[in-house]
Amino acid sequence: MNLNQNHFELFGIPVRFEVDTGELDRRYRELQREVHPDRFAAAPEAERRVSMQRATRVNEAYQTLRSPLRRAVYILQLRGVDPKFETNTAMPAGFLMEQMSWRERIEAGSEKPEALLQLQAGLRSESSKIYEKLHGQLNEGRDDEAASQTTRMLMFYEKLDDEIENKLAELEA
Amino acid sequence: MALLQISEPGQSPAPHEHRRAVGIDLGTTNSLVATVRNGIAVVLNDHDGHGLLPSVVRYLRDGHTVIGREAAADQARDPRNTIVSVKRFMGRGLKDVVHVENSPYDFLDTPGMVQIRTVAGLKSPVEVSAEILKVLRARAEESLGGELTGAIITVPAYFDDAQRQATKDAGKLAGLNVLRLLNEPTAAAIAYGLDNAAEGIYAVYDLGGGTFDISILKLSKGVFEVMATNGDAALGGDDFDHRLFCWVVECAKLAPLSPEDTRLLLTRSRDAKEFLTSHAEARMTASLGSGEAVDMTITQKDFQDMTRHLVAKTLGPARKALRDAGLDVADVKGVVMVGGATRMPHVQQSVSELFRQTPLTNLDPDKVVALGAAIQANVLAGNRASGDDWLLLDVIPLSLGVETVGGLAERVIPRNSTIPVARAQEFTTYKDGQTAMSIHVVQGERELVADCRSLAKFELRGIPPMVAGAARIRVTFQVDADGLLSVSAREATTGVEAAIAVKPSYGLSDEQITQMLKDSFDHAKEDVHLRALKEQQVEGGRMIEATEAALREDTDLLSAQELAAVRAELEILRKTLSCADHRTIKSAIERVNRATETFAGRRMDRSVKRALAGRKVESL
Repeated sequence: MNLNQNHFELFGIPVRFEVDTGELDRRYRELQREVHPDRFAAAPEAERRVSMQRATRVNEAYQTLRSPLRRAVYILQLRGVDPKFETNTAMPAGFLMEQMSWRERIEAGSEKPEALLQLQAGLRSESSKIYEKLHGQLNEGRDDEAASQTTRMLMFYEKLDDEIENKLAELEA
Repeated sequence: MALLQISEPGQSPAPHEHRRAVGIDLGTTNSLVATVRNGIAVVLNDHDGHGLLPSVVRYLRDGHTVIGREAAADQARDPRNTIVSVKRFMGRGLKDVVHVENSPYDFLDTPGMVQIRTVAGLKSPVEVSAEILKVLRARAEESLGGELTGAIITVPAYFDDAQRQATKDAGKLAGLNVLRLLNEPTAAAIAYGLDNAAEGIYAVYDLGGGTFDISILKLSKGVFEVMATNGDAALGGDDFDHRLFCWVVECAKLAPLSPEDTRLLLTRSRDAKEFLTSHAEARMTASLGSGEAVDMTITQKDFQDMTRHLVAKTLGPARKALRDAGLDVADVKGVVMVGGATRMPHVQQSVSELFRQTPLTNLDPDKVVALGAAIQANVLAGNRASGDDWLLLDVIPLSLGVETVGGLAERVIPRNSTIPVARAQEFTTYKDGQTAMSIHVVQGERELVADCRSLAKFELRGIPPMVAGAARIRVTFQVDADGLLSVSAREATTGVEAAIAVKPSYGLSDEQITQMLKDSFDHAKEDVHLRALKEQQVEGGRMIEATEAALREDTDLLSAQELAAVRAELEILRKTLSCADHRTIKSAIERVNRATETFAGRRMDRSVKRALAGRKVESL
């Protein structure tokens, strides 16, 4: 394990958007078994410190690779492309209209868990179509600009999903 | 070896010696200590054969303390100086303490954590907890025949940073080497999982005396992975007692009660609650100091009706935890019940209904946490036997964030992140030439800072003067395997390490702990310096032993020059061990630590490389 390795190298898997999640989980556990602070609880401080750094790094890499959106953004970063989430907020008008309509439907359903769950299912099927598009943009028909735009769109979908989750959580309180 | 001559008998750091390690369940109502003996986890009993130590501390005028059963018997006689359920005050300000109106204590609302005025002076909840831990430590040392190498103390999974820090401080104050703070439901899962070779998704429902936790775990091939946790750090069996108490006061139309009568009726309420677990009705009698007499009969149905809302309060968090884990009730293979309060039939019934299955009640709900902690402590202390290679992946229960404009909390580390975890956040200056800024760290899920728990206000100083917005201050939030937060900062454009002045919103400063430690030694007529010296000598001896073992295995990872540097520091440490000043030894240990950090990193990288190559590596 070398701190200069990228997340894919750390896990010993190819830099690709599609990831074998079973393999990812297996390697994650193998790595944590070696570096986790529980292995070094009685060790000298230097080893405990190093163990915490390594285990933190392995967790960070795992979280990034496990989430399709974070993984896509990370691949773009490795290619030297900045998706400019903060600065580039220009989105096609049609997409923004769609977002507003989702938002209205979430507001309208906010008291009814069934309605929210149904909206969430719809939202997820919608975003999975976009992920397929992203897959192509990152691989076969490589187009980093288009892929950046797609990740920005997916960020909106993730926010909507979070909103539904929060509403559902509030209803359960 | 010179080292052995200065070690006390029985504490020489021989490499393959069995190390004395314990798991401690520091509970709201009762506390326990357990260890692994001949491969089996056992609770250690006191001389009278009791495993459970009531978490009650009574302070006497002469400065002495009475702890446990005897103190519990005194609570109605001396309520002001007999502290029960102190766990509810750990890391808490006065405004966080529930039922303060029926509490007999004379609280002092000091910044960060309440303190209690007693005949023996002002006591912090940390000190009170340390008294309980000291009794358990003495019990363990007597039973195991020598000083402990280390201990795990369990905490509710839903404890925030302040409550965890307070618990660790109490351990330190009691003279324990705290190997880890372990979440109570996780400890229970270890005990249950290993015992039953369990695989699949399990829920641990832990309703203790003062806290409620729900954890969802995935158990597979020697991995205990916490997927989500939720709970209520101020809900437990005590609240059921309190509800019954209020009902009795109301029904019997009692006049305002003295602290003594309050305590008496609370104790009677608890007895009645426990009796109702297996009986249809309970009779409660008491003659109060006011001259009034109480004689009533409570049916199980009455009791269940008046406390149903408390049971209901546990179900929301349970559903939230499942949702956070991305799972459905149907995915849960078993529900492990932990904590004395889960004995109540209506609690079991509600849990059955929620999870649509009969919960697992074949373990002793009072002991399973301590047993799990003992099993983990045994491994962490270095008594790893073959087969003991399970991996525990736990999470942070509450999100960490920082205050931004308008009193809003911006999330930095989300809840249920696997620990250890770190996140860096960049901040900038808003004025030309600004050299300092303050950062407010909060914990909780609410949007407004005012609704979250304030953890600390950090002041960054020494930022190089630049025009507004030019400085890039990178602040790193690190949560360690105990779930404790630390913060560091660096100015990114110049690389200047900004000085951090920590202003904790809670907890004790290092100076306060040292002072408390000193006071307790003064009282015990033990020499604090001698104690510190002994500790550092043992620590230094271990350090030499461990470093030499590492050098034997992996010398090739060091250049001749690096090797010489490490050996030189080791030699200095070896010589210092016989000196009489613990600070000198401590600084020599720190120097060895610094000199070996690169080496430790390379060794770890080598073992990782071997593991990924699929070769079996000897345990470290």
